[in-house]
Amino acid sequence: MSSDKLFAPESRPIDLLIRSAQVLDPRSDLDEPHDILIRGGVVAELGAPGSLSPPEEAEVFDAAGRHVFPAFVDPHVHMRTPGQEYKEDLVTASAAGAAGGYCALIAMPNTDPVLDDPSILRALVERARHEARIPTGFMASITRGLAGDELTEMAALRDAGALGFTDDGKPVVSAGMLRKALQYQRLCGGVIALHEEDPALSRDGVMHEGAVSARLGLAGIPSVSESTMIARDGALARYEDARAHFQHVSAVESVEALAQAKETGARVSAEVTPHHLTLTDDLVRTLDSRFKMNPPLRAEPDRRALIGALRSGLIDCVATDHAPHARHEKEVPFEQAAMGTTGLETAFAALFTELVMPGELDLAVIVERMSAGAALFDLPTPRIERGAQANLVVIDLERSFEVGANGYVSRSENCAFQGRRLHGRVVLTLAAGAVAFRERLLVEAAPAR
Amino acid sequence: MSPRLGPHLISIEDLDRAGIERILDRAESFEEVAGREIKKVPALRGRTVVNLFYEASTRTSSSFELAAKRLSADVVNIRSIGSSVDKGESLKDTVQTLSAYDPAAIVIRSPHAGAAQLVAGWTSAAVINAGDGKHEHPTQALLDAFTLRRRLGSLDGANIWIVGDVLHSRVARSNILALQRMGAAVTVCGPPTLLPRDIEALGCRATATLDDLEEADVVYVLRMQNERMRDAYVPSLREYAARYQINPSRLHPDQLLMHPGPVNRGVELSAEAIDSPQALIGEQVKAGIAVRMAVLYELLVGSPLLAVVA
Repeated sequence: MSSDKLFAPESRPIDLLIRSAQVLDPRSDLDEPHDILIRGGVVAELGAPGSLSPPEEAEVFDAAGRHVFPAFVDPHVHMRTPGQEYKEDLVTASAAGAAGGYCALIAMPNTDPVLDDPSILRALVERARHEARIPTGFMASITRGLAGDELTEMAALRDAGALGFTDDGKPVVSAGMLRKALQYQRLCGGVIALHEEDPALSRDGVMHEGAVSARLGLAGIPSVSESTMIARDGALARYEDARAHFQHVSAVESVEALAQAKETGARVSAEVTPHHLTLTDDLVRTLDSRFKMNPPLRAEPDRRALIGALRSGLIDCVATDHAPHARHEKEVPFEQAAMGTTGLETAFAALFTELVMPGELDLAVIVERMSAGAALFDLPTPRIERGAQANLVVIDLERSFEVGANGYVSRSENCAFQGRRLHGRVVLTLAAGAVAFRERLLVEAAPAR
Repeated sequence: MSPRLGPHLISIEDLDRAGIERILDRAESFEEVAGREIKKVPALRGRTVVNLFYEASTRTSSSFELAAKRLSADVVNIRSIGSSVDKGESLKDTVQTLSAYDPAAIVIRSPHAGAAQLVAGWTSAAVINAGDGKHEHPTQALLDAFTLRRRLGSLDGANIWIVGDVLHSRVARSNILALQRMGAAVTVCGPPTLLPRDIEALGCRATATLDDLEEADVVYVLRMQNERMRDAYVPSLREYAARYQINPSRLHPDQLLMHPGPVNRGVELSAEAIDSPQALIGEQVKAGIAVRMAVLYELLVGSPLLAVVA
């Protein structure tokens, strides 16, 4: 995908004929078998199966029985660069994204050092121009050092390439500080994305507060620590007529606060993660640190509310909050373990398996929400239509795989879906008109002797 | 003959009622050993028990040590005030190092929930949870059940109140589970700030006042720690004592009184209550050795002797 705020090496645009795929692009009202001819990285023609012929020397990819969707866009990824490359770097994160069917990723600024200064951002952009396997954008922090008491040079950061601003990992505790950032947005633009958590309520909590935390004796993070901040910041965004995006919404109370904010006309949007849509705090009974993240996995009524809100569009998009951690940071007692789960390689398959297959959500809804984050962050939305840059993913919905059985593309293995059998295998990802990922066949034909 | 328990004792959930009864029956036979002049049986001769304590502990660590020694095991005590994780070595590395000594059992006390379960994944030894964070303390619950069963004959239908800081208490959690499994009805009582939200999901009742305390057959009082005042869970020790202290004016003579120790005299219990004949606190401590011998024996040796004794 192309934008002046997405960075990747110059790609080699491809010529390719995708033959007989089931093409689903809800935005283009497309849901039928097609041949897709890609020439110079652009969708040149769509035609009935078998009707198109490849230009000379172009590869033909037989996609019979497979689906083609617009490739996914993830507005919430921790790429851990600079400073924490032992967890992940630009190469491994973007390769994991490509393997998950993504054509663009947006990286969070809670790195070491924090992305709070134009010089740090410029250096990172330069690295992304060499290392990113798919177009990658960067959020800068709202406050210096994520400390919550001094605004960053937001305008200069925008000029250096920042898509928007967030203190993700932490809330902006001071309403006054957030108000100034929302005001300043009028000068510099860029969405302001918010990790909503009142630390006076969440305190030293490590999981959702409820029956399971009562059983385990673990300090709870009450749902209201999130929802009260969404209510507060929805009101602030409305008052300043600013654009705010609520990250990783997790609780039924938060869905209610979000609905209230939207009803009053606030220009707010929201994302939800695959793990909050498919898993609950009941899994924490195992005390497996893979199920420790912030916001925490919540209870079944919360999960149901999130599914309903994603279906209705109240929650706008899916984001992974891909949060890699090294083994030694997770292989400790639950209370001491780092918070977060990886998600880029499993997002679509988890949602397809746990929500589409049981009939909870239509496939078209999932496909739409997996790339809906693009528009919220001022990026072009991937589409499958004549003249559009090829940003698409070929997925075999029939094929299943055991998560982690063959390792991960990500440098880290802290995946909450580890060991689950999921359906929906990505076989080919095209990003910005080039091949970003192609499934390698483990068993290849033996060479003739 | 019921199957051998184990391989570990991490949670009361590892035991059904028959399993609990079996440990208590075994403990009865070891109580007899405690009455002998030579308080030793050769059951674990030549085997090693490691006591790995990441938290200060007097009675639990000493009673595990005595229990293992009375079974003739070789005992290694490793105490670390604070966590060795803070000092650099991870729990995993410590456990793998100790496992090289090929211990039969590792007894672990940790300030963190789930530590015993993690240890069980890193060693071939039997793992006994001697308290993990605010999660569980199963041998405490077993010795409490033992003490009560001796006194009452059976826990069936007994009405047991657990009073105090339930939020931060692993003893409360293991006891709620164990006492209910043994047929008792459990009510938890304490300041609303110190009762976990949704604690009723464990099957107990919850109340913020002592108004109906007279219905209790047993009053089990939890330790009230000073640091809870600093965190503003209760306004003052004086207010706590005024509302929740168990003293003779709130106790019938036929109600039994228990406490896991150590007691804050004059806070959760009055001195008169502690010293009263209805208090079972000393019996609880004494039961600790026999019950921990029984747990070690059941996990490491198993069924044959029970068949002989029976």
